[in-house]
Amino acid sequence: MGFMATAESYVLAIGTKKGLWLARSADRKEWSLSGPHFLMSEIPSIGIDTRGDNPRIMVGVRSEHWGPTVVHSDDLGATWTEPEQGAIKFPEDTDAALERIWQIYPDSASRPGVVWAGCEPISVWKSTDGGEHFELNRGLWDHPHRSEWGAGYGGAAAHSIVINPSGENVHVAMSTGGVYRSLDGGSSWEARNKGISAYFMPDPNPEFGQCVHKIAADAAVEGRLYAQNHHGVYRTDDNGENWVSIAEGLPADFGFVMLTHPRREGTAWVVPIKADGERIPPDGRLAMHRTDDAGNTWKRLDVGLPDHEYNAVLRDAAAVDSAEPAGVYFGTRGGSVYASADEGESFIEVASHLPDVLCVRAAVVSRDLAAELATASAASGLPA
Amino acid sequence: MSDITVVLPSVLQPLAGGQSYLTTPADGAVTVESLLDAVTGDYPVLARRLRDETGSLRRYVNIYVNGEEVRRLKGLDTEVAAGQEVLIIQSVAGG
Repeated sequence: MGFMATAESYVLAIGTKKGLWLARSADRKEWSLSGPHFLMSEIPSIGIDTRGDNPRIMVGVRSEHWGPTVVHSDDLGATWTEPEQGAIKFPEDTDAALERIWQIYPDSASRPGVVWAGCEPISVWKSTDGGEHFELNRGLWDHPHRSEWGAGYGGAAAHSIVINPSGENVHVAMSTGGVYRSLDGGSSWEARNKGISAYFMPDPNPEFGQCVHKIAADAAVEGRLYAQNHHGVYRTDDNGENWVSIAEGLPADFGFVMLTHPRREGTAWVVPIKADGERIPPDGRLAMHRTDDAGNTWKRLDVGLPDHEYNAVLRDAAAVDSAEPAGVYFGTRGGSVYASADEGESFIEVASHLPDVLCVRAAVVSRDLAAELATASAASGLPA
Repeated sequence: MSDITVVLPSVLQPLAGGQSYLTTPADGAVTVESLLDAVTGDYPVLARRLRDETGSLRRYVNIYVNGEEVRRLKGLDTEVAAGQEVLIIQSVAGG
């Protein structure tokens, strides 16, 4: 994989409350938009797997009428395939039914074909065939804490999955339940929330029950993770044993987004929201904030963003790409989508007036391939 | 023996090979549950659109037998007589 801009093109997938849009760019400055795909179904999760010869876009689709399903496209959205028996299906003995796919996470290049999913009801799933069939993680499903996990406003779900390079350490975040860690690749799990406040509970420092909104791993320092909490921004340097606040310097400690750089140590982005009770950008002025020193200091990034914006940015409605410099993307509940080709220093508007943006994901693909698959502009419905 | 017919809404017809209705032979009354098992057996994606993996009818899927929505009758245990027609209609929902 190279970083020569002339050899690459960029794909931005935008999941909304009422369908999926795909944007393409050769330079991350001019974008062309296609869609909607899956009109009137919400798209809460997208994974773009660039590990194979062809990029695969996996999408968690949920119809209010017809339920949730996972589909995938190997031609950048020109056609979609839905596994006949369903990619994610609760085993009979669980007496549970899939409600919503919150996260689709392709594992590292060293584990090709492995894709993780986080779902509602709170559950983690693993596929070894590129996301066509997933198996329920029984260790977490059978966890003794399960009966005490609660539901955040959006539902009770495992929404973040972070895996270390060896694949042994897996961190999952759930709302509400907090952070759980496995040191054996997902077989057994322990709550790891020391230092994360649960101010809304009688004991504000419980073992679990925190409302962690998003976690992400540092690109270069093993065992270092960042968390955007329901009030509170945190970092751990010891694999989740202890979390410390890194909120100082931010205009608010509430928010949903936590992104980390694809390669560089200490770099992360958040989108502050004023407060639990006032879910708007502070002072109605939308901005990302980036740290380059693991949360010791933050820089406000708002060049190219509107003067006034009163919509929130949801936890998966933000993403980075793998280019150099890294691209940063996010969308609002007001249907605007912004892209930065310079790590957040400046933004352009990719789309506006879409339905509420629930999820964005971006990837770098070879330009030859993008041209070959250029028929993707045709909108499509839920596959037959 | 006479067929029971299940009429599909247009949005689901692509999941049944483009058919607007599905039929199954019956020599007596059958439950809605076994009727759905019979007519969707060859169309597993269609089956998932109607019922979740526990077998429950999805919340906004309505099935009408003799003009009555089955939730007002005996749910999926509602009986359908041979020769009857059953309608599947999505409910008015969303925004």
